Amino acid sequence: MNMHQRMQSVAWSGFGVIVMLYALMPVAWIISLSLKRSADLNDQRFFPEVITFQHYQAIFKDAQFPAALWNSFGIALTATGLSVLLAMFVAYAIVRLEFPGKKWVLALVLAVSMFPPVSVIGPLFNLWRSIGLFDTWTGLVIPYMTFTLPLAIWTLSAFFKELPWDLDKAARIDGATPFQAFWHIIVPLAAPGIFTAAILVFIFAWNDFLFATSLTSTQTARTVPAAIAFFTGSSQFEQPTGSIAAASVIVTLPVIVMVLLFQKRIVAGLTAGAVKG
Amino acid sequence: MRAEAERRLAWLLCAPALAAMLMVTAYPIGYAFWLSLHRYDLRFPEQIQFVGLANYVSVLSSEVWWQALSNTLIITLGSVVLELVLGFAMALLMFKATLGRRTVRAVILIPYAMITVVSALAWKFAFDSTTGFVNALLNLNQAWLTEHWSAFFVIICSEIWKTAPFMGLLLLAGLTLIPQDLLNAAKIDGASAWQRFLKITLPLMKPTLLVALLFRTLDAFRIFDTVYVQTRGAANTETVSVVGYNVLIARLNLGLGSAVSVLIFLCVLLIAVLFLKGFGGLSQSRAE
Repeated sequence: MNMHQRMQSVAWSGFGVIVMLYALMPVAWIISLSLKRSADLNDQRFFPEVITFQHYQAIFKDAQFPAALWNSFGIALTATGLSVLLAMFVAYAIVRLEFPGKKWVLALVLAVSMFPPVSVIGPLFNLWRSIGLFDTWTGLVIPYMTFTLPLAIWTLSAFFKELPWDLDKAARIDGATPFQAFWHIIVPLAAPGIFTAAILVFIFAWNDFLFATSLTSTQTARTVPAAIAFFTGSSQFEQPTGSIAAASVIVTLPVIVMVLLFQKRIVAGLTAGAVKG
Repeated sequence: MRAEAERRLAWLLCAPALAAMLMVTAYPIGYAFWLSLHRYDLRFPEQIQFVGLANYVSVLSSEVWWQALSNTLIITLGSVVLELVLGFAMALLMFKATLGRRTVRAVILIPYAMITVVSALAWKFAFDSTTGFVNALLNLNQAWLTEHWSAFFVIICSEIWKTAPFMGLLLLAGLTLIPQDLLNAAKIDGASAWQRFLKITLPLMKPTLLVALLFRTLDAFRIFDTVYVQTRGAANTETVSVVGYNVLIARLNLGLGSAVSVLIFLCVLLIAVLFLKGFGGLSQSRAE
């Protein structure tokens, strides 16, 4: 039996190593591609023969990538702040207050989480053009904020349920208004949950491609995923593979580092919404 | 009095989020429906006119739509089924592994952190016949992304890589809810590992499985990024979202494109209703 158990443990460890290699392979590949010399890009090898940073220098010399990076950061951060703020209010109402229509609020949240974004790009495209939001930060912040609300509301509700709400009651008995009790007592305690929701929302906004290609057309608001997909390269005679790879690495590494630093919270947040039902 | 104030506060707190959600989903889908009933082509803005269901007739009688729908269903089915198997294996791994569980969980999050466009490009470059290493590795000379079925293969591989870890994490959360006493008792009674999995783990996992399947199916059905980046719909790999995007944004035909949008919305609604019926049956059988 002991022998059998040991064999099982070895088998699981082996499987673990395979899974980790599988998860890391595309990342390693894009990094290695970004470090190859232009002449070696077509050598069909996994690892670069000679390491060069020429592609990194090239993408920062060109104006399009730095502009896209700035747009991505600004738009994703603004959408994250707004989405988490609005979701905080809703989560508080759902967890702490009794009101008729709570079921309808939850149903609408669920409906939005299933909604296909491609169904609204046409109307938004037309609307944004007529009211001047096309190709602006606001034009992307609004859909990102909205489509991340369900995720933020679920994550925050799950965290809010775990808070010691007696403190809130005590504060209200002492004469604090519900809003004061919420802002001064609950928000600081809920900070880890709020932070988790913010990371998840940020990753969603950072990742989006459909709205970014449909609702922008120039450097003023085009974000990184759209910029990378339409990269023209530093010169028109050169395949932009190296530049694309370098840009990919630059936008991927910060998110990976963030996810690894806060992995426990992210896992808790990702599964909070889905499993409680 | 107290209840009244509480109710007012609740609605006040929910109002901004509700307004935003209605404004960006309900209103545009209504507008899309209105557009879909008109000839509305931005290249000919003076020719806007009511045409009834003509746009739907053109979409539903075109081969492009049905081809795209069947492509979308193939990709959805292929990726969700394989992802479920792989995700379950990953969940069991994270659950069982005594050594390095944290490391495995951390590494598994990496695909989730990668931008979909970037992961699609990484897979594209890997299979590409000039830059890629796959052909050299397998000693093949295959033009993966220019042929129908091999292009599907690459698309589905990229989708699975990107989302199976998420599935694994959801299922892991479900696994931890299973009472270990029950499994131990069955073990003492002589049930084999396979029997325990089939008779205890799987039935108790059903709610989690359904939730994970619902969200992944809807997500896979909406697939756009990977297909657009890898093939732009060439080699007959267009999905419904790619068709919608092309008609709306590239060809600026808002009337026809909106008909596609509304049809996609109805498909998603149908999938959701089917799954929720599954949930309904589930809670009913529990109540009995």
